[in-house]
Amino acid sequence: MEAVKTQDIGVNDLPWKIEHNPERCTMCGSCVASCTFKSIKVEVQRKSVTVSEANLPEPVHQQIAMPVIKQVASIENACRGCGMCEKICPNNAIRPVRNPDNRRNLLSRDHGPIKRGGRTNLNAQRTLDKIIVGRISQMTDPSLDSIRHTFDIRSPLGRILSAKELPFQMEDGKLIATKKNPPVRWIYPLIFSDMSIGALSTRAWEAVAMAAAYLNEKCSLPVRMSSGEGGMPVKLLESDYLKYFIIQIASGHFGWNRIIKSMPKMKTDPAGVLIKIGQGAKPGDGGLLQAEKVAPHVQAIRGVPKATLSSPPNHQGLYSIEESVQKMHLSMNAAFGFRVPVAIKCAASSTSVSVYNNLLRDPYKICGGFFIDGIQGGTGAANEISLDHTGHPVVSKIRDCYNAAVEQNAQGQIPLYGGGGIGLTGNAAADAFKMICLGANGVFCGKILIQLLGCVGNEQGRCNACNTTGICTQNPRLVKRLDVDKGAQKIVDYVLAFDAELRKLMAPIGNSSLPVGRSDALVSTDKAIADKLGIQYVC
Amino acid sequence: MCRIGAIKSKKPVYPSAALRLMLPQQEGHDNSGFAMVMQDLSGVFAMYKDKPLLSMACTKQGARMVEDYMSAKNFVKMAEWLPVPNKKKNLDIQTMPYYIFRNYDYPEHYDDKESREALLLDTRLALRKILTESNQGYVYSFWPDVLTLKEIGDPRDIATYFGLWDDSGVLLSKNIIVQCRQNTNYKIVRYAAHPFFLQGYTLCANGENTFYTKNKEFQKNLHRGYIGFESDSQNFLYTLHYVLHELKWSIPYYKHVITPLSFAEIAERPDKDILLSIRQSLAHLEINGPNTIIAGLPDGRMMTCCDSKKLRPVVVGGDDTTVAISSEVCGINEILPDRNFEKDIYPNEREVVVINNNLEVIRWKQ
Repeated sequence: MEAVKTQDIGVNDLPWKIEHNPERCTMCGSCVASCTFKSIKVEVQRKSVTVSEANLPEPVHQQIAMPVIKQVASIENACRGCGMCEKICPNNAIRPVRNPDNRRNLLSRDHGPIKRGGRTNLNAQRTLDKIIVGRISQMTDPSLDSIRHTFDIRSPLGRILSAKELPFQMEDGKLIATKKNPPVRWIYPLIFSDMSIGALSTRAWEAVAMAAAYLNEKCSLPVRMSSGEGGMPVKLLESDYLKYFIIQIASGHFGWNRIIKSMPKMKTDPAGVLIKIGQGAKPGDGGLLQAEKVAPHVQAIRGVPKATLSSPPNHQGLYSIEESVQKMHLSMNAAFGFRVPVAIKCAASSTSVSVYNNLLRDPYKICGGFFIDGIQGGTGAANEISLDHTGHPVVSKIRDCYNAAVEQNAQGQIPLYGGGGIGLTGNAAADAFKMICLGANGVFCGKILIQLLGCVGNEQGRCNACNTTGICTQNPRLVKRLDVDKGAQKIVDYVLAFDAELRKLMAPIGNSSLPVGRSDALVSTDKAIADKLGIQYVC
Repeated sequence: MCRIGAIKSKKPVYPSAALRLMLPQQEGHDNSGFAMVMQDLSGVFAMYKDKPLLSMACTKQGARMVEDYMSAKNFVKMAEWLPVPNKKKNLDIQTMPYYIFRNYDYPEHYDDKESREALLLDTRLALRKILTESNQGYVYSFWPDVLTLKEIGDPRDIATYFGLWDDSGVLLSKNIIVQCRQNTNYKIVRYAAHPFFLQGYTLCANGENTFYTKNKEFQKNLHRGYIGFESDSQNFLYTLHYVLHELKWSIPYYKHVITPLSFAEIAERPDKDILLSIRQSLAHLEINGPNTIIAGLPDGRMMTCCDSKKLRPVVVGGDDTTVAISSEVCGINEILPDRNFEKDIYPNEREVVVINNNLEVIRWKQ
């Protein structure tokens, strides 16, 4: 008999314990085969049993060897609670159960900081749920009919000039343009946020892309999708569908070799270019793609060897906002002949307003959008310490930026898009509507899209491994778990419901176009939130 | 719902005509006030049409403060009409001690149109500030050939108080824009009663502007004259002023600013680039909600248009000498019973109707 050591890892140290019911189990082995993390294994155990095989009781005590399903007591193979075993088991004999006594945080740092995907687990508070659409048309003016009235649900992406700056002159009572305006696209106020091929499996990325294309071509909803850092398939770059995509350039510049080479062959312009400066899930940190996910096709698209890809925290050579405007914005604008809006995405921060002010005052007027990503944004991989302990909520930041623009009479000139936790509770339309009333032109969501594809990660530490269900993995065996068509359909259905729900919120406040900055439509049951956002406190 | 009205005539008309236009339209809280802007004046001010006319209601102290200010700024008093009120008992009117309508001559060195326009606006704003801070009165307009009268109460009694039923030849004008209701939904303030006035532009509106907050936040830093915001209808005036006076665009573009075409409709238009630019740049001046507006322009033209869903009524009717715009046709029937009503125009949600100084009615679809 071995002596136990206090440092030994036990199943009770792990965040999830496997509850296995041997009486239901037929030992088919499906759970063991499907476990992504090799958290369970089949083991043969010696058991002491008493059996009776005759018609009358003739109990016999035996020592027999029996196969059993057993949880592996190791941090590396710790169960993440993804529930694949439960999904596959024909007899409901197995499931993961959350273990409140676990010692994961203490034991998981043997090989450096904890890395994981998903969202912050510590800052999942919901400002948006303490805000209600409280200004309802009641007799003073009529509510609209969300089904029968027409609604103009579009948001700008691109630099908008003030009316006095418009290059117009009056001729015979008509306005004539004397010069071109900066490019502006009017798109659907929900943008599919940047998740790269690499972070997502090719099939998952394809499912999101298919949904975007379907929503445009079949549902007349001009939803745009950001490529994420890491480029796009050449076939797509050179197709008509490119117009539905916003190409991202992040600090690693991954994928841009291919994009640049494709430019002469592009049939159409992309919807926009998004310069990613920072990300809400890991502000001040660059992208991270672990080597295990750098599969051959990812190596090809990005032009890299198989290695962990850590993008630098900054765009090299940019040391100020002015630099960013001059170098990045100008070169990106010039690359597409000033026909494509170039926007910028930053992690929400105490400094967001300063950045926004600076961009608003930029004399070149070439920043076509300011995307603010809050602390509740998701990621495929990051240091947990960044996920949980760095960042800034997005709601008040959008409001602050909008108010800063109001002070300068520049509201709407650089469209504001808010993301990071939009749809955290599954109700993205309500979140989007409230953000819009607070001053956002639109929102961007990523996590909710992969949740629609089947991701089970949540803000209570479930899964968040981002290589389980076939969505955020490059493991061919796991990738096959995702049904691309079904996944795309789920996203399409969700966006159609989103659109109907948005109308259901616009109609009672009597608005047929988006109420950007209509803060009087909102009330809050929380005094501090009401005061901070400048909306009515109600109780 | 406010009822609004306007009369434009080749021959000067009395304010009683405006009252007869409005009174039959009464419903609910209507007729809880009287507010009227007269332009192209005859009567006592006929000789001074090129001189700015100050319209105000104040206390004795307020009157003195205004006089001091005006003389300090070298305005020269030219003519004055101080109504002698009929203080009959039981009149439903909340009076101010003094109602002053006074012409001034410009101070020296204000010879061109632009500097005069700026001076008149700045003077009115300064007077408003003085009177508001001391709570001594209200100044409604200061502009050549424009008179504004506003008061709280029953318009019939207000007319009796000011002798408007007498048709005495004192007050007469070719253009009148009128409205007969106090701001019953919010705080009752004299400044909240339309028509509103700014640098020759007069406007009243029937309806709700559900983009009030957006409009206000955009307008408050846009021009020094865009102040008050006691009523959501002021937004319409400020946008009219901004589009026509500041941007110097033509009238059709006003409609494109307040009720832009849908993106799908814009895409079909030959001037789509212009219309899209306007919608983009002036997104915060879009109005939403039900409303109709009637506006008077500095050159005497009048116009009307509606919200983009046609949720509030308006009708235009007239004969060879007079054209009236009114929320409801019963008002026009009262003052122009013999007109050819088949020619009445009920503008639709995309239509703009302009009446020029020859009483030609020009209408077009946005």
